[in-house]
Amino acid sequence: MAAVRTSSEIALNRVAIAAVLIATLVFLAPIYWIASTAFKPKELAVSVPPTVLFQPEVTPFVRLFTKRVQMQKTVDPQVYEAAPWWEKRIYDGGERVLKVGKDVQLSQYPDRFMNSLIVAVISTVLAVGMGTFTAYGFSRFKIAGEADLLFFILSTRMLPPVVVAIPMFLMYRAVGLNDSHIGLIILYVAFNLSFSVWLMKGFMDEIPKEYEEAALVDGYTRMQAFFKIVLPEAATGIAATAVFCFITAWNEYAFALIMTNRRAQTAPPFIPSQIGSGLPDWTTIAAGTFLFLLPVAIFTFLLRNHLLRGVTFGAIRK
Amino acid sequence: MASVALTHLDPASRAATRGWSDLTIRNMFIIPTLVFLIVFNIFPLIYSLGYSFTNFAANRSEPWQFVGLQNYRELLTDDHIWSNFVITAKYVIVSVAGQMIVGFGLALLLNRSFPMKGLITTLLLLPMMMSAAVVGLFWQLLYSPSWGPINYVFGLGDFAWLSNSDSALYAVAITDIWMWSPFVMLLSLAGLSAVPQHLYEAAAIDRASWWYTFTRITLPLVSPILLIALIFRTMEAFKTFDIAYTMTTQPTAELIAIRLYKQAFQQWDTGKSCALAYIVLIMVLAITNLYVKYLNKVKER
Repeated sequence: MAAVRTSSEIALNRVAIAAVLIATLVFLAPIYWIASTAFKPKELAVSVPPTVLFQPEVTPFVRLFTKRVQMQKTVDPQVYEAAPWWEKRIYDGGERVLKVGKDVQLSQYPDRFMNSLIVAVISTVLAVGMGTFTAYGFSRFKIAGEADLLFFILSTRMLPPVVVAIPMFLMYRAVGLNDSHIGLIILYVAFNLSFSVWLMKGFMDEIPKEYEEAALVDGYTRMQAFFKIVLPEAATGIAATAVFCFITAWNEYAFALIMTNRRAQTAPPFIPSQIGSGLPDWTTIAAGTFLFLLPVAIFTFLLRNHLLRGVTFGAIRK
Repeated sequence: MASVALTHLDPASRAATRGWSDLTIRNMFIIPTLVFLIVFNIFPLIYSLGYSFTNFAANRSEPWQFVGLQNYRELLTDDHIWSNFVITAKYVIVSVAGQMIVGFGLALLLNRSFPMKGLITTLLLLPMMMSAAVVGLFWQLLYSPSWGPINYVFGLGDFAWLSNSDSALYAVAITDIWMWSPFVMLLSLAGLSAVPQHLYEAAAIDRASWWYTFTRITLPLVSPILLIALIFRTMEAFKTFDIAYTMTTQPTAELIAIRLYKQAFQQWDTGKSCALAYIVLIMVLAITNLYVKYLNKVKER
């Protein structure tokens, strides 16, 4: 192919690569904007013209994690001198950090972030655990109506969240699971389970049957063969499935919005609710958004070779 | 003899009958998942099907009454609901068409070797991995009138994208295109890389034009996978809630999922919202069925 390249083809190739670079910049600009706003001084976040380059600061993150009030008068210089660096940044902005005795009062953000983490991790473990067993079952054994069962499993994933949320809300209210971690975890397991079965089935199908059969001949029971031969072989698949389930649960908004409001509220419904009325402090909101998006960005890089499989429920591989 | 035993294990042999039987294991592995899904997905749907024939309101304690098909009749003749469906259709067409064009275009550009290709591809995939609600939130910042970067770059001054009734829906669609074009790109890249090189070589020998090669070789071979992307994105766009709900409150951008949410959790018209949920559900299941059919078709190749 390369042997018959004409000069016009080479030129076309160069134009295409230049276009790719421009497109990448355009696509990344919104992400750069939110990430950079998280490090901007307050007045630069809403400046005209928009500020692209600036001296970064971490004050928005200090504001993100603390409860503050506006100060009526300027701070006592002695108090200011005695304050740690991060508290000084708050004083500089004309605010003071709220405290109970000596303890700094934290904002709701760390709480909501922890809720997201708890719900996402536990629901992922359960969904991937159950999904792995079920996928093995579908991959290795004859099952009557297998295609229909698999379609049924997938169709539960496609249900619009609001449609499922209406009856679930009523049922949760009846048993007191509204605004609880367990309630949200159950919903996320139900949502991710079908995905996990489909994706894991793809990975299981790739492990040669002969491995277990050799183990069975060697005197293993089927369960031993599953745990000692199949699971280690499927480790990469399990990890990729887990990361996908984690990201889905971490990002989920509609169920969390409907089912939680305080105690178990996760970050996705919380972060937009900070806007409130009046002029929002975009640097603090951006700081919260930045921290929330960071794990997903890291996971995307770890997952890069499995993304295609993940988004097609294991149907299309490279 | 040994190799026969390895590949065809007789189910009645000692090796296969040791420990629990395969049947027990199969049931143990599969039944809990099926039961879980039935209890937490199917049972609630049966529950709400029942409510869809009543005038139940979840925020009141008065007893509800059976109203038969009245909810469905009212919904199907309600102009408001029809306008929500029309808005949703507009949104689906604009945003999915945009994603297909941008995504496939990007894939065509990326389908060659150049330095740091892997890194660039991964960077381009970032938007679709993010939380739609949070994406909607930070696009509000980008769309801000007067000081937002988008208006600055395009010289639009005070244009209020999200609080203008004509532009709100399209502003949300643009954000959705940004977020999901990478999905189409990812699938298209897989399709493009599967096109056998010798076909291009043959076309080059015949001095076929770029356009001829594209329409006669590339497009036909990539179209099955493009169709999958199209159906999947159509289904997802039809269900859109998060991104539109966090971005705008304009009635002209009230998608059907948002209408459903408001009816159920703000107006507390529970019975009727269960009925609307069923109408939406049937439409989604029809698209899902189509999707799985094509998925299986491509899988077989």
